[in-house]
Amino acid sequence: MQFFLEVLIGGLLSGVMYSLVALGFVLIFKASGVFNFAQGAMVFFAALSLVGFMEKGAPLWLAFVLAFVVMTLFGIATEKFVLRKMVNQPPIALFMATIGLAFFVEGLAPLLWGNAVRPLDIGLVDEPIPWILDNWNMVISSFDLAAAGIAFALVAVLALFFQYTRVGRALRAVADDHQAALSIGIPLQHIWALVWAVAGFVALVAGMLWGSRNGVQFALTFTALKALPVLILGGFTSVPGAIVGGLIIGASEKLAEIYIPPVMAGWFGGNFGGIEGWFPYVLALLFLLVRPEGLFGEKHIDRV
Amino acid sequence: MSAYLSINNIEVIYDHVILVLKGVSLEVPQGKIVALLGANGAGKTTTLKAISNLLRAERGEVTKGDIQFKQRRVDQLTPNELVRGGVIQVMEGRHCFAHLTVEENLLTGAYTRTQSRAEQKASLEKVYQYFPRLKQRRGSQAGYTSGGEQQMTAIGRALMANPEMILLDEPSMGLAPQIVEEIFEIVRDLNQREKVSFLLAEQNTMVALRYADFGYILENGRVVMEGEAAELRSNEDVKEFYLGLSSQGRKSFREVKHYRRRKRWLA
Repeated sequence: MQFFLEVLIGGLLSGVMYSLVALGFVLIFKASGVFNFAQGAMVFFAALSLVGFMEKGAPLWLAFVLAFVVMTLFGIATEKFVLRKMVNQPPIALFMATIGLAFFVEGLAPLLWGNAVRPLDIGLVDEPIPWILDNWNMVISSFDLAAAGIAFALVAVLALFFQYTRVGRALRAVADDHQAALSIGIPLQHIWALVWAVAGFVALVAGMLWGSRNGVQFALTFTALKALPVLILGGFTSVPGAIVGGLIIGASEKLAEIYIPPVMAGWFGGNFGGIEGWFPYVLALLFLLVRPEGLFGEKHIDRV
Repeated sequence: MSAYLSINNIEVIYDHVILVLKGVSLEVPQGKIVALLGANGAGKTTTLKAISNLLRAERGEVTKGDIQFKQRRVDQLTPNELVRGGVIQVMEGRHCFAHLTVEENLLTGAYTRTQSRAEQKASLEKVYQYFPRLKQRRGSQAGYTSGGEQQMTAIGRALMANPEMILLDEPSMGLAPQIVEEIFEIVRDLNQREKVSFLLAEQNTMVALRYADFGYILENGRVVMEGEAAELRSNEDVKEFYLGLSSQGRKSFREVKHYRRRKRWLA
């Protein structure tokens, strides 16, 4: 039982890390109805900028602020040079534009900051918390716990922002109908620049946490792949969905990794390790059959 | 008649090649309802979008002429600036935000205004006064409301911006005659009580001319006729081509091939 709990909690906490990446997707999907293929590249770019500034001697907080400025400028530039031309175009065109953007960023980031794998130390240690180890005999990483705390705070703030503020409402309006939003005087440019900057911020937080765990390297762009099943489960348009989806994916992949292989081996013999790697995708696939809009996503409304 | 909104000889080109408006001029006097009539593709919507500056999002461009609102040129503004200036468009096909509730839809209309909570509540109440039905449906997602309710939501949303002038595009589209009547009654009400001027694009000539003060008829991107609404209603050509009436009373479709009156204008 204790072991089960330990696996479960470890899974939930690592799931939160996926949520962080998924959150960036949700933001942009909510505000422009487009799947931002470049989100993974933005995570990479943000983390690289952070490390880059730290290598130049900036303390963590300053590097964080500077990296945020970089991501904001990036957001504004994206709006100005890519999105502005795309108003009123079909979503697929916007999607293609983000693919182009992804390649551009993947090339630009190493050009600016170099392409070596670099460690990132943000002062969090990836070690079991002694107090929990002593009292309950469970291994829970303090790093995971801190990351989860940050992610939860971010999600709470964003969810409230979308639901209750004037700008949040405008963001959702823009996602529903660009033209109608324009017609009632919502300035699309500002809204888009804003949401890309916020998505950049989320990418920065995700890049910081992922980077300090795995090192800042090109592989960070693949964190986006881990976010996909989370999005399908939670729904592309829901901020709370991103966190719930992350928790489910994280917990289920860890539990599956531990408990399925022995059973399978008992039936068929052989080795069934590494389920963790593909289990989330199977889960997402099954989920698509039952509830394509995800747990909390917006249902597609069609008039007949 | 003081020129309040005036369009002077505008030409609109889409995609740099397609000439849609070929020199349209019209005027909306303050506090009046002006109808812009014509068949599909005549240029009604394009004219409205030229005023509201939504053309650019569709690769359209005003290449000649100018548009003035209260003696100020407005054809180079962004839609946001124009809404702040008091002119707002209600687009054809309603375009509600489907996933927002009716009330949230209305609130987005107030985006350009800086209001206190109390003021915002007051403007909401005012809209609900004109559209009591919306108050009942305030909590439901706009995508699940009926066509009439969506049209009301769209007009209500525009009202939240506190406009002096509303460009109303085809409010009757896809609605039952009874609902159309209801909506036009509200438009007249808004016009008289709130002093909002309307420029109204309509295919439903019959209804539009009953509620409007003045009318323009567009064909192929040109104004072919204009006049007081009552005058247009009794015009033989308008009766024949737009109201389905002939000098012998209501036209029978059995005889439609026998004789066709020639238009007395050049299009």
